[in-house]
Amino acid sequence: MSPSPEAIAVAAILFGIIAAYALFGGADLGGGIWDLLAGSAERGAAPRDLIDEAITPVWEANHVWLVFILVVLGTAFPPAFAAIMTALFVPLSLSLLGIVLRGVGFAFRHTAQRLRMRQLTGALFAASSLITPFFLGTAVGAVATGQVPVHPSGNVLAAWTSPTAVLTGFLFVAACAYVSAVFLIPEARQRGHQDLMRYFVLRATAAGILTGVLAGGTLAELSVSAPRLFSRLMSSALPLVAISVAAGIAVLVMLWLRWYYSVGLRVAAAVAVTAVVWGWGLAQYPYLFPTSLSLAAGSAPAGSLVAELVVAGLAVLLVAPGFALLYVLQQRRMLTAAESDADLRLAAQPGPAVSGQPALGRPGAPAAAPVAVRMTTALVLAILAIRAIRDVFSPPGGR
Amino acid sequence: MGAVTHVLAVNPIPARSQMGSSLGFHIILACFGIAFAAVTMTAEWIGIKRGDAAALLLARRWSKVMAVLVAVGAVSGTVLSYEMGLLWPGLMGRFGAAVDLPFSVEGIFFFLEAIFVGVYLYGWQRLSPWAHWWSGMPIVVSGLLGALSVVAANSWMNSPAGYTLRHGKITSIDPVSVFFNASTPYETAHMVLAAYMVTGFLVAGVYAVGLLRGRRDRYHRLGFAVPFTIAGMAAPLQVMMGDIIARFIAHNQPVKFAAMEYVSATTRDAPEWLGGIFINGHVYLGAAIPAFDSILVGFSPHTRVIGWDSVPPAQRPPLVTLIHLSFDLMVGLGFFLFALAAWQAWWWWFRRRLLMTAWFLVPAALSGVAAVAAMEAGWIVTEVGRQPWIVYRVLLVSNAVTPATGVTVTLGAILALYAILTVVSIGVPMIMSRRWRQGTPAEEAAEKVPYGPPQATPGPAARPLAPPAGRPEAR
Repeated sequence: MSPSPEAIAVAAILFGIIAAYALFGGADLGGGIWDLLAGSAERGAAPRDLIDEAITPVWEANHVWLVFILVVLGTAFPPAFAAIMTALFVPLSLSLLGIVLRGVGFAFRHTAQRLRMRQLTGALFAASSLITPFFLGTAVGAVATGQVPVHPSGNVLAAWTSPTAVLTGFLFVAACAYVSAVFLIPEARQRGHQDLMRYFVLRATAAGILTGVLAGGTLAELSVSAPRLFSRLMSSALPLVAISVAAGIAVLVMLWLRWYYSVGLRVAAAVAVTAVVWGWGLAQYPYLFPTSLSLAAGSAPAGSLVAELVVAGLAVLLVAPGFALLYVLQQRRMLTAAESDADLRLAAQPGPAVSGQPALGRPGAPAAAPVAVRMTTALVLAILAIRAIRDVFSPPGGR
Repeated sequence: MGAVTHVLAVNPIPARSQMGSSLGFHIILACFGIAFAAVTMTAEWIGIKRGDAAALLLARRWSKVMAVLVAVGAVSGTVLSYEMGLLWPGLMGRFGAAVDLPFSVEGIFFFLEAIFVGVYLYGWQRLSPWAHWWSGMPIVVSGLLGALSVVAANSWMNSPAGYTLRHGKITSIDPVSVFFNASTPYETAHMVLAAYMVTGFLVAGVYAVGLLRGRRDRYHRLGFAVPFTIAGMAAPLQVMMGDIIARFIAHNQPVKFAAMEYVSATTRDAPEWLGGIFINGHVYLGAAIPAFDSILVGFSPHTRVIGWDSVPPAQRPPLVTLIHLSFDLMVGLGFFLFALAAWQAWWWWFRRRLLMTAWFLVPAALSGVAAVAAMEAGWIVTEVGRQPWIVYRVLLVSNAVTPATGVTVTLGAILALYAILTVVSIGVPMIMSRRWRQGTPAEEAAEKVPYGPPQATPGPAARPLAPPAGRPEAR
């Protein structure tokens, strides 16, 4: 039984969403890693401020990709979702822990004023940015190597603690740091921080090399632990793998040539991540879990799949322009960091003089209508409203 | 102790506790996600339209609070979407194609909300006043549609529809019938009204405390009046909706209704119990209004009300006393909030004044807590009342729960994390408000303004012209 075209289309979209999260969510998580590595309070102040300014207005929108991964997987491929959530209960719970702590850090860090408190929330934000990608990486490693049983009877520890899975976890952390550093270079340039630009160029190069080494290591490990996936990566998915490698090298070359100003830098980094995610998807085809659960056996009925395609279409129509607006405003620096407490203290000018208890209504509003008229109007409106609501909501078959 | 360990070893109990506490926590923040933008934008509209600096200051401060609550809400919402799979793989594996479908629609609105929250919260300084106001509109709309989508998933579990089951496996799905199942319009309207009430009354309550402490300037009166009016308009509609929904449940989920109203056996002339504890077939400490339940269900004392004896004991909801008392609490608090709003409305209608007596302001200060309690009680009624089914009359909770070990650990972790989140979502706005009040804000001391900024142009773009007083911002 070969998978239906709808199932293939939804699977392709799913991998697109995963790539988007890896790119945008990954960049935000990587920001937390650089925050962690920025050093002492004085030395790290400048990069930390830049990271904060770049991430704060967009992190929530970028985080939604993860929720989308969960719901699309759950709707379109329910057995796979149930099996993953059962077998990988532990790493997924830990990644969730990271997400919650990161949110707490975000909510609190702009309010904390004392250094100790700021350090604590910063540490929370940074540490959770390590936890989340690592454990999501081990989960992906477990799925890709076919370690997740179709009908797990409980947690499967071995699935996500295999060398491949752990290596994938480290690869994810490195990739987040890499993408983040690349994206922070133009952020620094726009704000005119030449020194910060060089700072992140150095880190992007280092993280890029590390990511490449880890990717090579993971691939070598896959040749032993998941020979089928490896051979697919080296055959039908080879073009995508090659594109990813080429784009990754291109980024390093551009950094070496000091082409910091080109859009190509970010595009190449995006291509490197996207191509490898799609390559993974193609290498798994036609299996959700190689080789125990096929796409055909694991997909939902056509109705749900078509609904997902409609949702994806709506998302493109509605969300894409919104995202474009958000990023354009962010790039043009129309979105400032949140207003400071001082702004909110003195921003207002004196209002109209208050003596006794003046009316709240618009000054100089026409005199109120006579009481009887108002009473009648209110009564009529109330009766009409009650009847309308009754009509709309009267239960079928009821009186 | 041994009994407790035994109970905790059975997964449904910790799993249900974890799901219940996550939902009970998230729903309060979800209310702010649905309704707070509308409240803030009302103040901003007044501010821009009338050049009212007090209203603008309120809107700007509220949006700062919104940033905190939305951040916490985003993560606690993510917890729920994880938990659907982590705790209930038996539900997701079998019925995910149906129950997760509304959630993926919700994803669109979650996206739109997150995007425009980013624009609205951080666009105060550089966007033009009306452009900024309009950037909030998508938050309001996607709040409503997002509520519709999430509630549709819960409604589907109460009124499953739009699928065909063959040998325990779903073979076809009609997405429209899944989304717009019989319960969707009722639950959605109820939840959206509740969200406006919770948000409005909670925010108004903060300013009611200020008014009680004698801060009766325009800033505090507006801060009270705007959210209180919005919540007050929702209150009478909610009372009517509640009445309609109760009749719908009597028709659609009679066993749940029987638990809500202590109808142990199918009968005519069913009495309406107010309060009371149900033990061994008797109601103790309750007051009964003869035949009133029948009247409420069918407008006649002779209406037959179905009791829980219509199904075998194994299919009856547990804890009927909890369900009934929660229901009574919700209804009682609903009427209390309605009365409070009606009182102020009466006063406004005839006097054009806000009520300033402590007899009004003390209950008004507590109205937000009351609204939250009513909403939580309502969720207890609908969720415990559906037991033992996770999908009503289709799938049992015990067949849906995860076989994974470690749920007790995650339950403990979730409770600890939510304690932190609660402290953050209450504490951070409190710290911010205390800081804002330092350094004599011009607006709150409007009577005599010895200093403060010279004439600034009103509008969100207004920047402080004087150097900020008080502590310099430690950034």
